[in-house]
Amino acid sequence: MSERAAKVPPAEEEQDDDQITDSAAPDAATEDAAETESEGPEPVTSGAESVVRALENAGVEYAFGVQGGAIMPVYDALYDSDIRHVTMAHEQGAAHAADAYGIVSGEPGVCLATSGPGATNLVTGIADADMDSDPMVALTGQVPTEFVGNDAFQETDTTGVTTPITKDNTFASDSDTVGSDVSEAFALAGEGRPGPTLVDLPKDITKGETDREPDAPKVPDTYEVQERADPEIVDAAAERIENAARPVLMLGGGVIKGEASEACREFAIEHEIPVITTMPGLGSFPEDHELSLEMAGMHGTGYANMAITHCDTLIGIGTRFDDRLTGGIETFAPDAEVIHVDIDPAEISKNIHADYPLVGDAETVVEQLSEAVDTSPEAKKWRAQCQQWKSDYSMAYDAPEDEPVQPEFVVEALDEATSDRAIVTTGVGQHQMWACQYWTYTEPRTWVSSHGLGAMGYGLPSAIGARLAADDDQEVICVDGDGSFLMTLQGLSVAVRENLDITVAVLNNEYIGMVRQWQDAFFDGRHSASDYDWMPEFDKLAEAFGARGFRIDDYDEVADTIEEAVAYDGPSVIDVHIDPDANVYPMVPSGGDNGQFALAEDQL
Amino acid sequence: MKRGLDGPEPEERPTPAGRRNKQGIRIDPEVEATHEPRRTVISALVEHEPGVLSDVSGLFSRRQFNIESLTVGPTEDEDRARITIVVEEPDPGIDQVEKQLRKLVAVISVRELEPDAMRRELALIKVNAERPDQVAAVADMYDGKTVDSSPETATIEVTGARQKIEAAIDTFSQFGVREISRTGTTALARGTDQTAASSTAQSADEANHERHHSQVADDD
Ligand SMILES: Cc1ncc(C[n+]2csc(CCOP(=O)(O)OP(=O)(O)O)c2C)c(N)n1
Repeated sequence: MSERAAKVPPAEEEQDDDQITDSAAPDAATEDAAETESEGPEPVTSGAESVVRALENAGVEYAFGVQGGAIMPVYDALYDSDIRHVTMAHEQGAAHAADAYGIVSGEPGVCLATSGPGATNLVTGIADADMDSDPMVALTGQVPTEFVGNDAFQETDTTGVTTPITKDNTFASDSDTVGSDVSEAFALAGEGRPGPTLVDLPKDITKGETDREPDAPKVPDTYEVQERADPEIVDAAAERIENAARPVLMLGGGVIKGEASEACREFAIEHEIPVITTMPGLGSFPEDHELSLEMAGMHGTGYANMAITHCDTLIGIGTRFDDRLTGGIETFAPDAEVIHVDIDPAEISKNIHADYPLVGDAETVVEQLSEAVDTSPEAKKWRAQCQQWKSDYSMAYDAPEDEPVQPEFVVEALDEATSDRAIVTTGVGQHQMWACQYWTYTEPRTWVSSHGLGAMGYGLPSAIGARLAADDDQEVICVDGDGSFLMTLQGLSVAVRENLDITVAVLNNEYIGMVRQWQDAFFDGRHSASDYDWMPEFDKLAEAFGARGFRIDDYDEVADTIEEAVAYDGPSVIDVHIDPDANVYPMVPSGGDNGQFALAEDQL
Repeated sequence: MKRGLDGPEPEERPTPAGRRNKQGIRIDPEVEATHEPRRTVISALVEHEPGVLSDVSGLFSRRQFNIESLTVGPTEDEDRARITIVVEEPDPGIDQVEKQLRKLVAVISVRELEPDAMRRELALIKVNAERPDQVAAVADMYDGKTVDSSPETATIEVTGARQKIEAAIDTFSQFGVREISRTGTTALARGTDQTAASSTAQSADEANHERHHSQVADDD
């Protein structure tokens, strides 16, 4: 992961700590450096310029944000920069867009907000990035230092508010070092276990004069990451794998963030070990491969949950054993010895005890394991059992032509209409689960969703961030719910202004459906505040924003409408009127036994 | 209208016999195996910068660690402070306290102290002084020092292990205790043993190897 942080400023090697260099570099190491050197970046004159220089040095191409009083000096400095600032309609959108940018590109996404309400509006997005370990840098304006603590206009204790939801945050206190603070925040966000970092920028500090160039992005000395796992434990784990009768490889989001998908695929295929993924791990292993059992957990497939419950060796990589995955701890993989690979030592034995704790970078440790495993486990019977479960608990849905449109059908149609590299973003609710279950993920960094926080409203802004990070030939599809879309749909104005090629498919059930499903199952069908029958017509709303609007009511409209919307070169919204009573199955009730998933409501 | 997926119903499926306890450790279902909490002292060396203490205390409250006391003060190095924390948690919880602390960027090193570490607390005890001689005698018993006296009150400073302080307070209560202020425990490892090393190198490695001091610290 260190390559990411290694983007040093072109002229960095020539810069002395306290001396601005405009001198030519006779020993410029690379052509790039020589080129930039000859153009000669203007020396910084203010804290704000130093902040922007730090972003440039880190290779930032896009930043998402909203203007405001306390952050104005930074925006003024951005005016002269090549960094493309995308003005969002709401700061929550800025944070989600930056988050998604980080997921798709692997580089920290950047968001900016002013003090007070600007900063608090970022909070949901920062918390989201924190829960999902997404690399992100948030820069917030702050009232001038002399007013701090006085309840000044638009003052919020931003570092205080965000301490529990950031990997690290800093209150900048000096114009000379503010640029370096940002460099460090950038390095920290991407290094080791990624996460959001924040720098709070008092206006006097950014306005203040300085000629200090920021230091190169570098993590503080107190932050150390272990790359390689202990060889003795690797050997012991390898032996366990060789002797396993019922092994399962469980790939989490850390596999994707650690660029370990390839290594994990090779390992699984070489030793013929069945693979399940967690929700954040979707895409780490091709779901169309025979060994794939797809996703486990609350709404995971029946076969993945059977496999996880009955395995004798569970190799969990880059996963934090979230309760939506494990169900009740007592019944989670109760016969399994657990091999746990994670770069964050604190994840080891936090929720599920690790019999073989392997702290290190996912890719490196999987390579270590590969080397140490000499013979593949004899698990033919187990694999056959897994295949049997695949047919016993196959994912299917009833879609007779005369019924209202089933959401699963729409998700499959979207998948079919797009390439393998298409990126899916979602809101939170039933639609998100259908998007997990009925889309066939084959590539890492194509699944962008709010896993740990479960933040409704994530879909559209994250599609904006994903679009800007994605390659041109990758379609970006937002599968949204009507309730979720309503929370951040003002972002359409941004998509239209920037002419972003995004297709939003709103699975409109006029309910906040996941809540309705739980009310039916656990609250005697009392639909308290879950009826959303006052929904606007999203296709018309889209047109009002200047996007293309489509509507689907019947099966025979699905394929053609989707094709047209995906083909449209710009933002489009399909208001898909689905069966309002459709529910998500299988389901493990919270805290339940994964092997006891319900296939229908009467089994809950 | 039929809703849901096909497949054998939950009751028709095999279930494994194994079980885990609340801490996610596999157990023999016949034998109850929970970890009892124990009290221990954790020492952390941190960067001496604003916000560290709130980072640490915030971490404890939001993760619901059971903290008995937390003290902080400067060290021989002016850029570093030492935080001493007395926690009462089962072993897996104590491991988590250490690991979560290490995650804070401003934390340099973290260590659980051996049960024989020196642990001291200071208390100021203000008592009614109607019987000054007896108060002085009790103060003597606990190596206490009278730091303030008035016709009605005497304030005694006592230092020592937690148990000694509690015993002192207990004995002073016969006079009527007006107010107490205690610092909480601070501690150092014995001899040449370093309380908290100035390098972070060992930390991730420790997560690989589960260490267990299962001995309960008995205050000296
Ligand atoms: C910001 C936020 N508020 C509330 C919730 C609780 N919640 C979880 S799912 C859900 C329903 C989502 O409804 P919708 O977006 O319409 O999707 P559907 O379930 O109908 O597909 C709600 C309200 C949440 N996850 N996030």
